[in-house]
Amino acid sequence: MTAAPPLLEVRNLRVEFPSRRGTLVALHDVSFSIAPGEILGVVGESGAGKSMTGAAIIRLLEPPGRIAGGQILLEGRRIDNLSQDEMRRIRGRRIGAIFQDPLTTLNPLYTVGRQLTETMQTHLDLSGSEARARAIGWLEMVGIPAAAQRIDSYPHEFSGGMRQRVVIALALCAEPRLVVADEPTTALDVSIQAQVIALLKRLAREKNTSMMLVTHDMGVIAETADRVAVMYAGRVVEIGPVREVVKHPHHPYSIGLMNSIPPLDHRVERLAQIDGAMPRLNAVPPGCPYNPRCPKVFDRCIVERPDLLDAGSTRAACWLYDPAEPPHV
Amino acid sequence: MFAFVLSRLLQAVPVMLVVALISFAMFAYVGDPVSIMLGQDFTEAQRDALVRDLGLDQPFFVQFARFVGNAIQGEFGLSYRLSRPVAELIAERAPATLELASCAAAIALFVGVPMGVFTGLYRQSWLSRFFLTFSLIGVSLPTFLIGILLILIFSVWLGWLPSFGRGDTVQIGSWSTGFLTGSGLKALVLPAITLGLFQLTLIMRLVRAEMLEVLRTDYIKFARARGLADRSVNFGHALKNTLVPVITIAGLQFGSIIAFAIVTETVFQWPGMGLLFIQSVGAADIPVMAAYLLLIALVFVTINLVVDLLYYAVDPRLRADRGASARGT
Ligand SMILES: Nc1ncnc2c1ncn2[C@@H]1O[C@H](COP(=O)(O)OP(=O)(O)OP(=O)(O)O)[C@@H](O)[C@H]1O
Ligand code: SF4
Ligand SMILES: [Mg+2]
Repeated sequence: MTAAPPLLEVRNLRVEFPSRRGTLVALHDVSFSIAPGEILGVVGESGAGKSMTGAAIIRLLEPPGRIAGGQILLEGRRIDNLSQDEMRRIRGRRIGAIFQDPLTTLNPLYTVGRQLTETMQTHLDLSGSEARARAIGWLEMVGIPAAAQRIDSYPHEFSGGMRQRVVIALALCAEPRLVVADEPTTALDVSIQAQVIALLKRLAREKNTSMMLVTHDMGVIAETADRVAVMYAGRVVEIGPVREVVKHPHHPYSIGLMNSIPPLDHRVERLAQIDGAMPRLNAVPPGCPYNPRCPKVFDRCIVERPDLLDAGSTRAACWLYDPAEPPHV
Repeated sequence: MFAFVLSRLLQAVPVMLVVALISFAMFAYVGDPVSIMLGQDFTEAQRDALVRDLGLDQPFFVQFARFVGNAIQGEFGLSYRLSRPVAELIAERAPATLELASCAAAIALFVGVPMGVFTGLYRQSWLSRFFLTFSLIGVSLPTFLIGILLILIFSVWLGWLPSFGRGDTVQIGSWSTGFLTGSGLKALVLPAITLGLFQLTLIMRLVRAEMLEVLRTDYIKFARARGLADRSVNFGHALKNTLVPVITIAGLQFGSIIAFAIVTETVFQWPGMGLLFIQSVGAADIPVMAAYLLLIALVFVTINLVVDLLYYAVDPRLRADRGASARGT
């Protein structure tokens, strides 16, 4: 990790869904940080809480979901307690978001130009013609051919890949410091996923924009991310530099995840399954949430919940790395 | 665009012909126009002459063709009851009905849409609950009962508004309007509310349902994630997307407002086409009934066309030049 102060810092974030049958805890003590210009990959099985973490950061949790504890700091300033109106000025301007399905994220009734200009004019002091010129510039930057003509096209006139490029332009056009990209290529044709990821990475690097990149594609993580967070049952179970987490994971869940990747010459689109299933939110076992599936489970795992511990090159939430424990094999 | 309008017009022709056939069948088979027109005392010769005059001795299709030909020229013969040209009677009564129907439609639209938006946006507020309960009353109470209740409250008890008639009207060319006199406007209030209430509640519930649907979509979440102002998200992005279904229903409702004006006009003794129709039914005045039926069909067909054109204006996906725009990758 670099010495630069983090751009985003998430401390012990807890997200709850109150319901008639009691409170579901969707995120539990989630902590991580993202340095300026850094790309943090977030992986984990479906339902691990990846999207929830992104939604909590931009404060667009689906009601009745709410942040019940912890802090979120952007450039050292707390944003988890801002009013909706103050938060609105952060969304788009300081933190951009990219959603999964470009076919549904663009408003079908407005031209892409209009969607771009209204976003820029909301956040930046631009005249109509300045905004339009910049919109054309953004479309060019994300690789839309004949941008000056296509600016007046409607979303349905673009293919899926082109629409996701438009979405990327929309997320970046007010020049946010951080982009939360939630599976930005999952809905795209396999043949264009790599192009879109490459574009995203190039723009993030050029603009020195940090990114939280949620994906199921370990190939994408390996090529794009600087650091990786592995999530399981609403918790971060391992976090560390990308090479370490992918090549030498420490947490038994990460080891299972990485082992499920076929040899490098085959790209995977989806993570293969580890035996067993992630527990439902209302049935997370006491102790380590991974204990029913863990091949290395021992007594302490059943009763005590591990926090992130120093595991050498990464940090892992596993008792195996408690220096007080005698070595287990 | 032109081809689109033309194809819609061509589609309307068979519809109108079927309705014409029905109204003509009334002429031919319901009641006996000859005996109605001749009364009790007549000679065989008088009777034959009248049958020939009316063309009733001709084959069915010749009669039907002549009926359609006349109808196109607005020629429906003489009213049996009033012995005046039907076209003249209808032209005299049409302004009253159209003014009443437009007011009712305006109330339904300009009150119903905002109420729908409000109840969609603020689902939990007590005002929303009140509106919804109120709308149940509007949907479930029959129109005549609402009319009678309004008369009871505002005419009989409070004495604020007249209970019947159109008040004073001003003749502008062949159009008699109640909009220009105080008593004319006052007379409009109760019947317009009575006629519009059902449509108002219907539109409100429809807009609410559509709003709830649209607010859940990804493009609304994405609009919020870009930090757009609530006003522009709710009343721009969301409301515009609810318009397509609302236009359909509102359009069709305007048709039914004119058609169902019969009940309201009867309750309020409003001198419009509906009242004329009811009086004609009582007197088996077939020419008036046939003409009224055709006119209502024409209204529906016209409204359908207008609705299609509005779609076309609102939703870019329906515009025909879609095929021309290139779909890049
Ligand atoms: N409205 C809700 N009420 C209760 N629980 C919810 C709600 N929405 C999501 N959850 C739960 O929160 C957990 C985290 O969901 P999240 O969408 O963050 O998963 P994810 O890691 O993004 O998975 P995926 O890879 O499928 O996108 C899931 O267990 C899900 O069932
Ligand atoms: S704490 Fe125990 S159960 Fe949990 S991952 Fe480590 S070894 Fe497995
Ligand atoms: Mg997700």
